[in-house]
Amino acid sequence: MTDPTIDIRDARVDFPIFDAKSRSLKKAVLGKAGGRIGTESKVPIIEALRDINLSLRKGARVALVGHNGAGKSTLLRLMSGIYEPTRGQAVVQGKVAPVFDLAVGMDPEITGLDNILIRGLFLGMTKKQMESRVDDIAAFTELGDYLDMPLRTYSTGMRVRLALGVVTSIDPEILLLDEGIGAVDAQFLAKARDRLNELVERSGILVFASHSDEFLADLCDTAIWMEHGTIREHGPLREVLHHYKGHDVLAELERR
Amino acid sequence: MAVTVTAEGGPAEQARPLPDVPGPRSWTRAFDDLSQGWRQRSLWGYLGWQDIKQRYRRSVLGPLWISISMAVIATAMGILYGALFNEDIKTFLPYVATGLLIWNFIQGCILEGSEVFIANEGLIRFLPAPLSLHVYRLVWRQVLFFAHNVIVWVILMIIFPHPLGWMSLMALPAFAVLVLNGGWITILSGILATRFRDIPPIVASLTQLVFFMTPIVWSYDRLQENPAVAERARIAELNPVLHFIEILREPMLGDAITWRHWIVVGVITVVGWAVALVCMRNYRARVAYWV
Repeated sequence: MTDPTIDIRDARVDFPIFDAKSRSLKKAVLGKAGGRIGTESKVPIIEALRDINLSLRKGARVALVGHNGAGKSTLLRLMSGIYEPTRGQAVVQGKVAPVFDLAVGMDPEITGLDNILIRGLFLGMTKKQMESRVDDIAAFTELGDYLDMPLRTYSTGMRVRLALGVVTSIDPEILLLDEGIGAVDAQFLAKARDRLNELVERSGILVFASHSDEFLADLCDTAIWMEHGTIREHGPLREVLHHYKGHDVLAELERR
Repeated sequence: MAVTVTAEGGPAEQARPLPDVPGPRSWTRAFDDLSQGWRQRSLWGYLGWQDIKQRYRRSVLGPLWISISMAVIATAMGILYGALFNEDIKTFLPYVATGLLIWNFIQGCILEGSEVFIANEGLIRFLPAPLSLHVYRLVWRQVLFFAHNVIVWVILMIIFPHPLGWMSLMALPAFAVLVLNGGWITILSGILATRFRDIPPIVASLTQLVFFMTPIVWSYDRLQENPAVAERARIAELNPVLHFIEILREPMLGDAITWRHWIVVGVITVVGWAVALVCMRNYRARVAYWV
Protein backbone atom coordinates (compact mmCIF):
# COMPACT_ATOMS: atom_id res chain seq x y z
CA MET A 1 0.00 0.00 0.00
CA THR A 2 1.43 3.34 -0.99
CA ASP A 3 1.20 6.24 1.37
CA PRO A 4 -1.67 8.64 0.87
CA THR A 5 -0.84 11.92 -0.79
CA ILE A 6 -2.63 15.08 -1.73
CA ASP A 7 -1.03 17.24 -4.39
CA ILE A 8 -2.73 20.33 -5.65
CA ARG A 9 -1.03 22.49 -8.22
CA ASP A 10 -2.26 25.91 -9.37
CA ALA A 11 -5.81 24.76 -8.91
CA ARG A 12 -8.84 26.94 -9.17
CA VAL A 13 -12.50 26.24 -8.70
CA ASP A 14 -14.96 28.50 -10.48
CA PHE A 15 -18.66 28.12 -10.05
CA PRO A 16 -20.87 29.22 -12.86
CA ILE A 17 -23.94 30.85 -11.41
CA PHE A 18 -26.86 30.15 -13.65
CA ASP A 19 -29.85 32.19 -12.69
CA ALA A 20 -33.18 30.86 -13.86
CA LYS A 21 -32.79 32.65 -17.18
CA SER A 22 -29.30 31.75 -18.22
CA ARG A 23 -29.76 28.14 -17.19
CA SER A 24 -32.54 27.79 -19.72
CA LEU A 25 -32.31 26.49 -23.22
CA LYS A 26 -33.90 29.62 -24.60
CA LYS A 27 -30.84 31.73 -24.08
CA ALA A 28 -28.40 29.19 -25.44
CA VAL A 29 -30.50 28.56 -28.51
CA LEU A 30 -31.40 32.17 -29.19
CA GLY A 31 -27.87 33.26 -28.44
CA LYS A 32 -26.54 30.93 -31.09
CA ALA A 33 -29.10 32.04 -33.64
CA GLY A 34 -28.19 35.65 -33.09
CA GLY A 35 -24.63 34.93 -34.07
CA ARG A 36 -23.21 35.79 -30.68
CA ILE A 37 -20.57 33.84 -28.90
CA GLY A 38 -21.83 31.22 -26.46
CA THR A 39 -23.77 32.28 -23.41
CA GLU A 40 -21.15 30.50 -21.36
CA SER A 41 -19.00 33.61 -21.05
CA LYS A 42 -21.95 35.68 -19.93
CA VAL A 43 -22.64 33.45 -16.97
CA PRO A 44 -21.39 35.11 -13.81
CA ILE A 45 -18.70 33.11 -12.11
CA ILE A 46 -17.78 32.81 -8.48
CA GLU A 47 -14.12 32.18 -7.97
CA ALA A 48 -14.39 29.91 -4.98
CA LEU A 49 -10.74 28.91 -5.00
CA ARG A 50 -7.74 30.16 -6.91
CA ASP A 51 -3.98 29.66 -6.93
CA ILE A 52 -4.15 26.70 -4.63
CA ASN A 53 -0.79 24.99 -4.21
CA LEU A 54 -0.66 22.30 -1.65
CA SER A 55 1.23 19.15 -0.93
CA LEU A 56 0.23 16.90 1.96
CA ARG A 57 1.95 13.70 2.94
CA LYS A 58 1.31 10.89 5.36
CA GLY A 59 1.02 12.10 8.93
CA ALA A 60 -0.25 15.56 8.04
CA ARG A 61 -2.83 16.92 10.45
CA VAL A 62 -4.02 20.11 8.98
CA ALA A 63 -6.41 22.61 10.44
CA LEU A 64 -8.40 24.71 8.00
CA VAL A 65 -9.23 28.12 9.39
CA GLY A 66 -10.77 31.19 7.87
CA HIS A 67 -13.93 33.24 7.86
CA ASN A 68 -17.23 31.97 6.54
CA GLY A 69 -17.10 31.75 2.79
CA ALA A 70 -13.31 31.79 2.68
CA GLY A 71 -13.30 28.52 0.76
CA LYS A 72 -12.66 25.97 3.50
CA SER A 73 -15.45 23.64 2.53
CA THR A 74 -14.73 24.00 -1.16
CA LEU A 75 -11.09 23.11 -0.56
CA LEU A 76 -12.19 20.04 1.38
CA ARG A 77 -14.43 19.01 -1.47
CA LEU A 78 -11.63 19.57 -3.93
CA MET A 79 -9.49 17.22 -1.84
CA SER A 80 -12.24 14.64 -1.74
CA GLY A 81 -12.55 14.62 -5.51
CA ILE A 82 -16.12 15.89 -5.58
CA TYR A 83 -14.98 18.96 -7.50
CA GLU A 84 -12.34 18.55 -10.11
CA PRO A 85 -10.41 21.79 -10.49
CA THR A 86 -11.53 24.12 -13.27
CA ARG A 87 -7.86 24.78 -13.93
CA GLY A 88 -4.70 23.25 -12.56
CA GLN A 89 -4.41 19.83 -11.06
CA ALA A 90 -5.51 18.04 -7.97
CA VAL A 91 -4.12 14.57 -7.43
CA VAL A 92 -5.35 12.69 -4.41
CA GLN A 93 -4.16 9.18 -3.76
CA GLY A 94 -5.56 7.09 -0.96
CA LYS A 95 -8.90 6.13 0.45
CA VAL A 96 -10.83 9.29 1.23
CA ALA A 97 -13.43 9.47 3.97
CA PRO A 98 -15.29 12.76 4.12
CA VAL A 99 -17.61 13.91 6.88
CA PHE A 100 -19.28 16.93 5.39
CA ASP A 101 -22.99 17.36 5.58
CA LEU A 102 -24.32 14.90 8.08
CA ALA A 103 -27.81 14.79 6.64
CA VAL A 104 -26.65 13.74 3.20
CA GLY A 105 -26.42 10.09 2.31
CA MET A 106 -28.46 9.23 5.34
CA ASP A 107 -31.98 8.05 4.93
CA PRO A 108 -34.19 9.20 7.81
CA GLU A 109 -36.69 6.42 7.22
CA ILE A 110 -34.36 3.46 7.63
CA THR A 111 -32.64 2.24 10.76
CA GLY A 112 -29.29 3.38 12.07
CA LEU A 113 -27.79 0.02 11.19
CA ASP A 114 -28.90 0.27 7.58
CA ASN A 115 -27.52 3.78 7.42
CA ILE A 116 -24.18 2.52 8.69
CA LEU A 117 -24.19 -0.01 5.88
CA ILE A 118 -25.06 2.55 3.19
CA ARG A 119 -22.46 5.02 4.41
CA GLY A 120 -19.83 2.31 4.39
CA LEU A 121 -20.77 1.21 0.89
CA PHE A 122 -20.57 4.79 -0.31
CA LEU A 123 -17.07 5.00 1.10
CA GLY A 124 -16.03 2.02 -0.96
CA MET A 125 -16.48 -0.81 1.52
CA THR A 126 -18.14 -4.10 0.71
CA LYS A 127 -21.20 -5.39 2.48
CA LYS A 128 -19.19 -8.12 4.22
CA GLN A 129 -16.56 -5.70 5.44
CA MET A 130 -19.26 -3.46 6.89
CA GLU A 131 -21.04 -6.33 8.58
CA SER A 132 -17.85 -7.30 10.38
CA ARG A 133 -17.45 -3.73 11.60
CA VAL A 134 -20.96 -3.12 12.81
CA ASP A 135 -20.30 -4.31 16.36
CA ASP A 136 -17.28 -2.09 16.61
CA ILE A 137 -19.27 0.90 15.38
CA ALA A 138 -22.14 0.11 17.71
CA ALA A 139 -19.76 -0.02 20.66
CA PHE A 140 -18.03 3.20 19.68
CA THR A 141 -21.20 5.19 19.08
CA GLU A 142 -22.81 3.88 22.28
CA LEU A 143 -26.15 4.02 20.52
CA GLY A 144 -27.13 0.50 21.58
CA ASP A 145 -30.72 -0.44 20.81
CA TYR A 146 -31.22 2.88 19.09
CA LEU A 147 -29.44 1.47 16.06
CA ASP A 148 -32.60 -0.50 15.27
CA MET A 149 -34.70 2.65 15.23
CA PRO A 150 -35.29 4.76 12.12
CA LEU A 151 -32.79 7.57 11.80
CA ARG A 152 -35.48 10.25 12.00
CA THR A 153 -35.75 9.57 15.72
CA TYR A 154 -32.09 10.54 16.23
CA SER A 155 -30.85 13.83 17.62
CA THR A 156 -28.16 15.77 15.77
CA GLY A 157 -25.52 14.60 18.20
CA MET A 158 -26.52 11.00 17.68
CA ARG A 159 -26.19 11.42 13.93
CA VAL A 160 -22.72 12.86 14.36
CA ARG A 161 -21.82 9.83 16.45
CA LEU A 162 -23.03 7.53 13.74
CA ALA A 163 -21.17 9.34 10.96
CA LEU A 164 -17.95 9.49 12.96
CA GLY A 165 -18.32 5.86 13.94
CA VAL A 166 -18.51 4.83 10.31
CA VAL A 167 -15.63 6.91 8.94
CA THR A 168 -13.30 6.00 11.76
CA SER A 169 -14.02 2.31 11.48
CA ILE A 170 -13.20 1.87 7.81
CA ASP A 171 -9.48 2.66 8.09
CA PRO A 172 -9.50 5.65 5.78
CA GLU A 173 -6.21 7.08 4.67
CA ILE A 174 -7.42 10.59 4.16
CA LEU A 175 -9.96 11.92 6.60
CA LEU A 176 -11.70 15.17 5.73
CA LEU A 177 -13.85 16.72 8.43
CA ASP A 178 -15.96 19.78 8.00
CA GLU A 179 -17.23 21.80 10.93
CA GLY A 180 -20.43 20.65 12.49
CA ILE A 181 -19.14 17.70 14.42
CA GLY A 182 -19.22 19.90 17.49
CA ALA A 183 -22.79 18.81 18.19
CA VAL A 184 -21.73 15.88 20.36
CA ASP A 185 -21.21 15.99 24.11
CA ALA A 186 -17.82 16.53 25.72
CA GLN A 187 -17.36 12.94 26.81
CA PHE A 188 -17.92 11.55 23.35
CA LEU A 189 -15.78 14.29 21.88
CA ALA A 190 -12.81 13.12 23.94
CA LYS A 191 -13.40 9.57 22.80
CA ALA A 192 -13.67 10.62 19.16
CA ARG A 193 -10.51 12.65 19.50
CA ASP A 194 -8.54 9.65 20.72
CA ARG A 195 -9.83 7.57 17.90
CA LEU A 196 -9.07 10.20 15.28
CA ASN A 197 -5.57 10.66 16.67
CA GLU A 198 -5.00 6.95 16.59
CA LEU A 199 -6.20 6.83 13.03
CA VAL A 200 -3.94 9.60 11.80
CA GLU A 201 -0.97 8.01 13.51
CA ARG A 202 -1.62 4.66 11.91
CA SER A 203 -1.91 5.87 8.39
CA GLY A 204 -3.04 9.00 6.92
CA ILE A 205 -3.84 12.58 6.49
CA LEU A 206 -6.37 14.57 8.43
CA VAL A 207 -7.79 17.84 7.23
CA PHE A 208 -10.19 19.48 9.61
CA ALA A 209 -12.14 22.68 9.11
CA SER A 210 -13.41 24.13 12.35
CA HIS A 211 -13.90 27.28 14.36
CA SER A 212 -13.15 25.52 17.61
CA ASP A 213 -9.57 26.33 18.63
CA GLU A 214 -9.63 23.70 21.30
CA PHE A 215 -10.53 20.92 18.94
CA LEU A 216 -8.01 22.10 16.36
CA ALA A 217 -5.26 22.23 18.97
CA ASP A 218 -6.00 18.67 19.95
CA LEU A 219 -6.04 17.17 16.50
CA CYS A 220 -3.81 19.24 14.26
CA ASP A 221 -0.23 20.39 14.12
CA THR A 222 -0.25 22.49 10.99
CA ALA A 223 -2.82 24.91 9.68
CA ILE A 224 -4.00 26.52 6.49
CA TRP A 225 -5.54 29.96 6.69
CA MET A 226 -7.97 30.50 3.87
CA GLU A 227 -8.99 33.95 2.76
CA HIS A 228 -11.07 34.93 -0.27
CA GLY A 229 -10.50 31.58 -1.90
CA THR A 230 -6.74 31.58 -1.60
CA ILE A 231 -4.30 30.14 0.89
CA ARG A 232 -3.20 33.11 2.96
CA GLU A 233 -0.83 31.17 5.12
CA HIS A 234 0.21 27.57 5.59
CA GLY A 235 2.48 26.58 8.42
CA PRO A 236 2.64 25.38 12.01
CA LEU A 237 -0.70 25.55 13.78
CA ARG A 238 0.43 27.92 16.49
CA GLU A 239 1.80 30.54 14.13
CA VAL A 240 -1.08 30.45 11.71
CA LEU A 241 -3.69 30.62 14.44
CA HIS A 242 -1.78 33.48 16.03
CA HIS A 243 -1.78 35.45 12.79
CA TYR A 244 -5.37 34.60 12.00
CA LYS A 245 -6.77 35.55 15.40
CA GLY A 246 -4.27 38.25 16.16
CA HIS A 247 -3.26 36.73 19.48
CA ASP A 248 -1.56 33.55 20.59
CA VAL A 249 -4.57 31.31 20.98
CA LEU A 250 -2.72 28.14 21.82
CA ALA A 251 -0.76 29.76 24.63
CA GLU A 252 -4.01 30.99 26.12
CA LEU A 253 -5.52 27.54 25.87
CA GLU A 254 -2.52 26.07 27.68
CA ARG A 255 -2.74 28.63 30.43
CA ARG A 256 -6.30 27.60 31.19
CA MET B 1 0.92 34.73 -1.60
CA ALA B 2 0.57 31.03 -1.09
CA VAL B 3 3.18 29.42 1.05
CA THR B 4 3.47 25.71 0.53
CA VAL B 5 4.89 23.46 3.16
CA THR B 6 4.91 19.72 3.55
CA ALA B 7 3.42 17.88 6.45
CA GLU B 8 6.69 18.19 8.34
CA GLY B 9 6.52 21.95 8.03
CA GLY B 10 9.48 22.28 5.69
CA PRO B 11 9.34 23.88 2.25
CA ALA B 12 7.78 21.79 -0.50
CA GLU B 13 9.80 20.37 -3.32
CA GLN B 14 8.02 22.37 -5.97
CA ALA B 15 10.09 20.88 -8.75
CA ARG B 16 8.84 17.35 -8.18
CA PRO B 17 6.42 16.64 -11.01
CA LEU B 18 2.91 15.51 -10.22
CA PRO B 19 2.04 11.96 -11.11
CA ASP B 20 0.78 11.90 -14.64
CA VAL B 21 -2.96 11.64 -14.32
CA PRO B 22 -5.53 12.02 -17.06
CA GLY B 23 -7.35 15.34 -17.00
CA PRO B 24 -11.02 15.79 -16.22
CA ARG B 25 -11.93 15.59 -19.90
CA SER B 26 -10.47 12.27 -20.85
CA TRP B 27 -11.82 8.96 -22.00
CA THR B 28 -9.93 7.20 -19.23
CA ARG B 29 -11.79 9.13 -16.56
CA ALA B 30 -15.13 8.61 -18.26
CA PHE B 31 -14.66 4.84 -18.51
CA ASP B 32 -13.21 4.72 -15.00
CA ASP B 33 -16.39 6.34 -13.77
CA LEU B 34 -18.51 3.72 -15.48
CA SER B 35 -16.47 0.76 -14.27
CA GLN B 36 -16.07 2.11 -10.75
CA GLY B 37 -19.81 2.62 -10.52
CA TRP B 38 -20.35 -0.90 -11.76
CA ARG B 39 -18.07 -2.25 -9.06
CA GLN B 40 -20.25 -0.62 -6.43
CA ARG B 41 -23.24 -2.69 -7.45
CA SER B 42 -23.96 -3.86 -3.94
CA LEU B 43 -24.55 -0.18 -3.13
CA TRP B 44 -26.83 0.76 -6.00
CA GLY B 45 -28.48 -2.62 -5.81
CA TYR B 46 -29.38 -1.89 -2.23
CA LEU B 47 -30.37 1.72 -2.89
CA GLY B 48 -32.59 0.69 -5.79
CA TRP B 49 -34.52 -1.70 -3.56
CA GLN B 50 -34.66 0.94 -0.89
CA ASP B 51 -36.21 3.40 -3.36
CA ILE B 52 -39.04 1.00 -4.05
CA LYS B 53 -39.62 0.07 -0.43
CA GLN B 54 -39.49 3.74 0.48
CA ARG B 55 -42.31 4.59 -1.86
CA TYR B 56 -44.61 2.05 -0.26
CA ARG B 57 -43.42 2.35 3.30
CA ARG B 58 -46.08 1.66 5.92
CA SER B 59 -48.59 0.57 3.29
CA VAL B 60 -50.03 -2.87 3.86
CA LEU B 61 -49.56 -4.29 0.38
CA GLY B 62 -46.23 -2.55 -0.15
CA PRO B 63 -44.60 -2.91 -3.56
CA LEU B 64 -47.50 -5.11 -4.64
CA TRP B 65 -49.23 -1.82 -5.39
CA ILE B 66 -46.99 -1.46 -8.43
CA SER B 67 -48.48 -4.60 -9.94
CA ILE B 68 -52.00 -3.75 -8.87
CA SER B 69 -52.04 -0.24 -10.33
CA MET B 70 -50.54 -1.56 -13.52
CA ALA B 71 -53.23 -4.27 -13.71
CA VAL B 72 -56.01 -1.75 -13.12
CA ILE B 73 -54.78 0.65 -15.80
CA ALA B 74 -54.16 -2.12 -18.33
CA THR B 75 -57.60 -3.64 -17.78
CA ALA B 76 -59.41 -0.32 -17.98
CA MET B 77 -57.55 0.79 -21.09
CA GLY B 78 -57.82 -2.63 -22.67
CA ILE B 79 -61.57 -2.70 -22.24
CA LEU B 80 -62.11 0.92 -23.26
CA TYR B 81 -59.90 0.97 -26.34
CA GLY B 82 -60.87 -2.60 -27.21
CA ALA B 83 -64.48 -1.41 -27.45
CA LEU B 84 -63.49 1.73 -29.38
CA PHE B 85 -61.48 -0.15 -31.98
CA ASN B 86 -63.77 -3.15 -31.97
CA GLU B 87 -61.06 -5.58 -30.90
CA ASP B 88 -61.34 -9.05 -29.41
CA ILE B 89 -60.73 -8.69 -25.69
CA LYS B 90 -58.94 -12.07 -25.52
CA THR B 91 -56.06 -10.79 -27.58
CA PHE B 92 -56.39 -7.07 -27.03
CA LEU B 93 -56.18 -7.06 -23.24
CA PRO B 94 -52.84 -8.92 -23.15
CA TYR B 95 -51.67 -6.72 -26.03
CA VAL B 96 -52.38 -3.51 -24.11
CA ALA B 97 -50.97 -4.88 -20.85
CA THR B 98 -47.72 -6.04 -22.46
CA GLY B 99 -47.30 -2.78 -24.34
CA LEU B 100 -47.96 -0.80 -21.19
CA LEU B 101 -45.50 -2.93 -19.24
CA ILE B 102 -42.72 -2.17 -21.69
CA TRP B 103 -43.76 1.44 -22.02
CA ASN B 104 -43.61 1.93 -18.26
CA PHE B 105 -39.99 0.81 -18.30
CA ILE B 106 -39.05 3.11 -21.17
CA GLN B 107 -40.96 6.03 -19.72
CA GLY B 108 -39.34 5.52 -16.32
CA CYS B 109 -35.87 5.65 -17.84
CA ILE B 110 -36.66 8.79 -19.83
CA LEU B 111 -38.62 10.73 -17.20
CA GLU B 112 -36.58 9.88 -14.15
CA GLY B 113 -33.40 9.84 -16.22
CA SER B 114 -33.66 13.54 -16.91
CA GLU B 115 -33.87 14.19 -13.17
CA VAL B 116 -31.22 11.70 -12.13
CA PHE B 117 -28.48 14.12 -11.12
CA ILE B 118 -30.82 16.89 -10.01
CA ALA B 119 -32.58 14.52 -7.63
CA ASN B 120 -29.27 13.29 -6.23
CA GLU B 121 -27.88 16.80 -5.80
CA GLY B 122 -27.05 16.28 -2.14
CA LEU B 123 -25.19 13.04 -2.69
CA ILE B 124 -23.23 14.46 -5.60
CA ARG B 125 -22.17 17.54 -3.69
CA PHE B 126 -21.27 15.87 -0.43
CA LEU B 127 -20.11 12.33 -1.10
CA PRO B 128 -17.45 11.50 -3.63
CA ALA B 129 -18.88 8.75 -5.82
CA PRO B 130 -18.85 7.98 -9.52
CA LEU B 131 -21.65 9.67 -11.44
CA SER B 132 -22.58 6.39 -13.06
CA LEU B 133 -23.61 5.08 -9.64
CA HIS B 134 -26.78 7.17 -9.84
CA VAL B 135 -27.41 5.97 -13.38
CA TYR B 136 -27.09 2.31 -12.45
CA ARG B 137 -29.32 2.83 -9.44
CA LEU B 138 -32.03 4.40 -11.56
CA VAL B 139 -31.98 1.77 -14.30
CA TRP B 140 -31.93 -0.97 -11.67
CA ARG B 141 -34.97 0.57 -10.01
CA GLN B 142 -36.78 0.52 -13.36
CA VAL B 143 -35.83 -3.13 -13.80
CA LEU B 144 -37.34 -3.88 -10.40
CA PHE B 145 -40.53 -2.05 -11.34
CA PHE B 146 -40.62 -4.08 -14.52
CA ALA B 147 -40.20 -7.29 -12.56
CA HIS B 148 -43.20 -6.37 -10.43
CA ASN B 149 -45.29 -5.58 -13.48
CA VAL B 150 -44.38 -8.82 -15.22
CA ILE B 151 -46.66 -10.56 -12.72
CA VAL B 152 -49.60 -8.98 -14.52
CA TRP B 153 -48.38 -10.36 -17.83
CA VAL B 154 -47.98 -13.85 -16.33
CA ILE B 155 -51.55 -13.78 -15.00
CA LEU B 156 -52.91 -12.64 -18.35
CA MET B 157 -50.99 -15.36 -20.16
CA ILE B 158 -52.66 -17.90 -17.88
CA ILE B 159 -56.15 -16.48 -18.43
CA PHE B 160 -55.72 -15.90 -22.18
CA PRO B 161 -53.21 -18.52 -23.41
CA HIS B 162 -50.94 -17.35 -26.22
CA PRO B 163 -48.82 -19.48 -28.59
CA LEU B 164 -45.59 -18.96 -26.67
CA GLY B 165 -42.73 -21.02 -28.10
CA TRP B 166 -38.96 -21.12 -28.16
CA MET B 167 -38.91 -17.83 -30.00
CA SER B 168 -40.46 -16.25 -26.94
CA LEU B 169 -37.07 -16.59 -25.31
CA MET B 170 -36.05 -13.71 -27.55
CA ALA B 171 -37.74 -11.61 -24.90
CA LEU B 172 -34.66 -12.00 -22.71
CA PRO B 173 -32.11 -10.44 -25.09
CA ALA B 174 -34.76 -7.88 -26.04
CA PHE B 175 -35.12 -6.81 -22.44
CA ALA B 176 -31.35 -6.73 -22.05
CA VAL B 177 -31.16 -4.35 -25.01
CA LEU B 178 -33.86 -2.20 -23.43
CA VAL B 179 -31.88 -1.99 -20.19
CA LEU B 180 -28.74 -1.12 -22.13
CA ASN B 181 -30.60 1.73 -23.79
CA GLY B 182 -31.93 2.89 -20.44
CA GLY B 183 -28.29 3.50 -19.52
CA TRP B 184 -27.43 5.92 -22.29
CA ILE B 185 -30.76 7.70 -22.13
CA THR B 186 -30.24 8.36 -18.44
CA ILE B 187 -26.66 9.59 -18.86
CA LEU B 188 -27.47 11.85 -21.78
CA SER B 189 -30.72 13.36 -20.57
CA GLY B 190 -29.38 13.52 -17.02
CA ILE B 191 -26.35 15.60 -17.96
CA LEU B 192 -28.27 17.86 -20.36
CA ALA B 193 -31.09 18.43 -17.89
CA THR B 194 -28.69 19.32 -15.11
CA ARG B 195 -27.24 22.07 -17.27
CA PHE B 196 -30.50 23.21 -18.84
CA ARG B 197 -33.32 23.04 -16.36
CA ASP B 198 -36.00 23.43 -19.02
CA ILE B 199 -35.34 19.95 -20.28
CA PRO B 200 -37.27 17.96 -17.64
CA PRO B 201 -40.61 19.67 -18.41
CA ILE B 202 -39.97 19.38 -22.16
CA VAL B 203 -39.19 15.71 -21.76
CA ALA B 204 -42.27 15.20 -19.60
CA SER B 205 -44.66 16.61 -22.19
CA LEU B 206 -42.91 14.86 -25.05
CA THR B 207 -43.19 11.44 -23.44
CA GLN B 208 -46.89 12.00 -22.97
CA LEU B 209 -47.20 12.73 -26.67
CA VAL B 210 -45.07 9.74 -27.61
CA PHE B 211 -47.32 7.47 -25.57
CA PHE B 212 -50.24 8.22 -27.86
CA MET B 213 -48.07 8.04 -30.98
CA THR B 214 -46.92 4.55 -30.05
CA PRO B 215 -49.10 1.51 -30.71
CA ILE B 216 -49.80 0.60 -27.11
CA VAL B 217 -53.51 1.19 -26.69
CA TRP B 218 -54.10 0.89 -30.41
CA SER B 219 -52.97 -1.72 -32.86
CA TYR B 220 -50.65 -0.85 -35.69
CA ASP B 221 -51.72 -3.84 -37.79
CA ARG B 222 -55.36 -2.89 -37.51
CA LEU B 223 -54.66 0.55 -38.96
CA GLN B 224 -52.82 -0.94 -41.90
CA GLU B 225 -55.77 -3.13 -42.77
CA ASN B 226 -57.80 0.00 -43.28
CA PRO B 227 -56.81 1.43 -46.69
CA ALA B 228 -58.06 4.89 -45.73
CA VAL B 229 -55.42 5.36 -43.04
CA ALA B 230 -52.78 2.79 -44.01
CA GLU B 231 -50.64 5.42 -45.63
CA ARG B 232 -50.63 7.66 -42.59
CA ALA B 233 -50.09 4.73 -40.25
CA ARG B 234 -46.65 4.27 -41.76
CA ILE B 235 -45.62 7.50 -40.06
CA ALA B 236 -45.75 5.59 -36.78
CA GLU B 237 -42.65 3.73 -37.93
CA LEU B 238 -40.70 6.96 -37.58
CA ASN B 239 -41.29 6.79 -33.87
CA PRO B 240 -38.22 5.07 -32.41
CA VAL B 241 -40.10 3.92 -29.31
CA LEU B 242 -42.28 1.70 -31.50
CA HIS B 243 -39.29 -0.46 -32.37
CA PHE B 244 -38.27 -0.80 -28.74
CA ILE B 245 -41.78 -1.86 -27.79
CA GLU B 246 -42.01 -4.33 -30.66
CA ILE B 247 -38.75 -6.21 -30.07
CA LEU B 248 -39.99 -7.18 -26.63
CA ARG B 249 -43.74 -7.37 -27.21
CA GLU B 250 -43.53 -9.73 -30.18
CA PRO B 251 -41.80 -12.56 -28.28
CA MET B 252 -43.87 -11.92 -25.15
CA LEU B 253 -47.10 -12.40 -27.08
CA GLY B 254 -45.76 -15.27 -29.16
CA ASP B 255 -45.87 -13.27 -32.40
CA ALA B 256 -43.41 -13.71 -35.26
CA ILE B 257 -40.27 -11.66 -34.83
CA THR B 258 -39.78 -8.76 -37.21
CA TRP B 259 -36.03 -8.27 -37.65
CA ARG B 260 -36.49 -4.77 -39.02
CA HIS B 261 -37.25 -3.60 -35.47
CA TRP B 262 -34.07 -5.21 -34.17
CA ILE B 263 -31.95 -3.44 -36.76
CA VAL B 264 -33.41 -0.04 -35.91
CA VAL B 265 -32.94 -0.67 -32.21
CA GLY B 266 -29.37 -1.86 -32.78
CA VAL B 267 -28.46 1.33 -34.62
CA ILE B 268 -30.09 3.52 -31.97
CA THR B 269 -28.24 1.65 -29.22
CA VAL B 270 -24.85 2.19 -30.82
CA VAL B 271 -25.44 5.82 -31.75
CA GLY B 272 -27.04 6.60 -28.40
CA TRP B 273 -24.15 5.17 -26.42
CA ALA B 274 -21.62 6.95 -28.59
CA VAL B 275 -23.28 10.31 -27.95
CA ALA B 276 -23.72 9.58 -24.24
CA LEU B 277 -20.06 8.62 -23.88
CA VAL B 278 -18.89 11.81 -25.56
CA CYS B 279 -21.16 13.73 -23.21
CA MET B 280 -19.80 11.78 -20.27
CA ARG B 281 -16.23 12.51 -21.29
CA ASN B 282 -16.74 16.23 -21.73
CA TYR B 283 -19.16 17.09 -18.95
CA ARG B 284 -18.78 14.41 -16.28
CA ALA B 285 -16.61 16.66 -14.12
CA ARG B 286 -18.97 19.62 -14.59
CA VAL B 287 -22.06 17.96 -13.18
CA ALA B 288 -20.92 18.57 -9.59
CA TYR B 289 -20.67 22.27 -10.45
CA TRP B 290 -24.06 22.39 -12.13
CA VAL B 291 -26.29 20.61 -9.65
